[in-house]
Amino acid sequence: MSTPYQDRPLGSVVVDTSTEAYWAAAREGVLKLRRCTACQQAHWYPRPVCPFCQGDTEWEGTQGQGEIYSVSVTRRAGPIPYALAYVRLDEGVTLLTNIVDCDLDQLRIGQRVKLCFKPDDGGQPVPMFTPA
Amino acid sequence: MSIRRQACIAGAYEHPTRKAPDKTVAQLHAEVARGALADAGLALSDVDGYFCAGDAPGLGANSMADYLGLKLRHVDTTDTGGSAYLLHVAHAAQAIALGKCRVALITLAGRPRSEGSSGVAPRIVGAGTPDVPWEMPYGPVTVNNYALAAARHMHEFGTTSEQLAWVKVAAAAHAQHNPRAMLRDPVTVDDVLGSPMIADPLHKLDCCVVSDGGGALVVVHPDIAKSLQRPVVNLLGAGEAIKGTLGGQVDLTWSAAAFSGPAAFAEAGVKPADIQYASIYDSFTISVLIALEDLGFCAKGEGGRFVADGNLISGTGRLPFNTDGGGLCNNHPANRGGMTKVIEAVRQLRGEAHPAVQVKNCGLALAHGMGGLLGSRHGSATLIMERG
Repeated sequence: MSTPYQDRPLGSVVVDTSTEAYWAAAREGVLKLRRCTACQQAHWYPRPVCPFCQGDTEWEGTQGQGEIYSVSVTRRAGPIPYALAYVRLDEGVTLLTNIVDCDLDQLRIGQRVKLCFKPDDGGQPVPMFTPA
Repeated sequence: MSIRRQACIAGAYEHPTRKAPDKTVAQLHAEVARGALADAGLALSDVDGYFCAGDAPGLGANSMADYLGLKLRHVDTTDTGGSAYLLHVAHAAQAIALGKCRVALITLAGRPRSEGSSGVAPRIVGAGTPDVPWEMPYGPVTVNNYALAAARHMHEFGTTSEQLAWVKVAAAAHAQHNPRAMLRDPVTVDDVLGSPMIADPLHKLDCCVVSDGGGALVVVHPDIAKSLQRPVVNLLGAGEAIKGTLGGQVDLTWSAAAFSGPAAFAEAGVKPADIQYASIYDSFTISVLIALEDLGFCAKGEGGRFVADGNLISGTGRLPFNTDGGGLCNNHPANRGGMTKVIEAVRQLRGEAHPAVQVKNCGLALAHGMGGLLGSRHGSATLIMERG
């Protein structure tokens, strides 16, 4: 069985004070997370106040490498199948994403993946992952 | 302070409808309120506490209290999604134990079937919900969120699709005796595996129904329960917990039941092995399997083996579950299955379940709910009840 990746409309991303810098970094090809200046822990999703210790946090670039923690090919939520996944970054946080540009049926938990981008409806690059 | 034997469930009512295009949500709330009070043998004027969640139209309880004609001295609109009504039972018991009210009414109603809602469309969430910007571009809907937990459970513990299917097979075995169940045909493991794949590894028959309807409960002071004609159902213990994405330290192998369950058992002073009947939230088959592990009915990772081979079927299995057919076959009103979980547990403790599925001498029952999303953010609640 084979389910080739197809582009799907992503809608429009939410741009507000919590996300503006994140999307700007994505336009430069970088996936950013936030790390606490007090306890030094990275967290996801990004927040200005650390969910572990309530310290202040700051943006930090990632290497854009990780592995699939879990993945589900969603076949009946619209005309185009897509792979929803949690990817654990090498920086230690796990984020919700899509795996793209591959045969979706071949995706496996534990597989190495690397950062890529797909445009939202307005052309804003949205971070996603593809097999490394 | 404990709620142990400090309050009783005196009234329980499940709306008979499964599709209500000709009724408003408020009307359904009024009909289930009337039904539960009639079941208890109480009147509207007896109610002095009211509990509702996000399915109730209007701001908090304001609109519904006015619509129903309630005069209240205690109100609680805790919302954790489909588990909210189990928290309401626990909170009602706390309020009764503190003397804040004597007769608490809890209502749920909704029309997702008439309104075209389903598990493969994103649910509307409020503006400003902090997780939305980071997740919505990726197409998270209800079913694929649960599917991520199922896929990880299979990876870590070797759980199989056949084992998950047994949860549905057991629910269907019960639903055939419920004339109001949406799906009454018995199904086999092969039927589940042969149904369309919705989001790997969950098939169509791993998913609950979408139904209109509702239900209501009346929780009262023990003195009032003793004065009524209905069998007494005592509350023994309750627990509640919320789990999220843990700051990015995601672990999909457990749910908030890992905390709500032990809290309820500790308060009740009983063990999982003592439970004779369990209502387990069954939005999807994986919801049941993970909850059973977290509640302590089996070890973590053993859920697949525990549910297999009919172990959840009343009369033959070790743990009879969801004898009304559950959300998988009977009813999942308002996309919130917690209310019907409590109602069927009350039927079992009263000896009023269908004779084909009634647990003999059922004296101790558990009801468990999980509202929200297993794979990201959810609120769990566990109740333990006994026949008085």
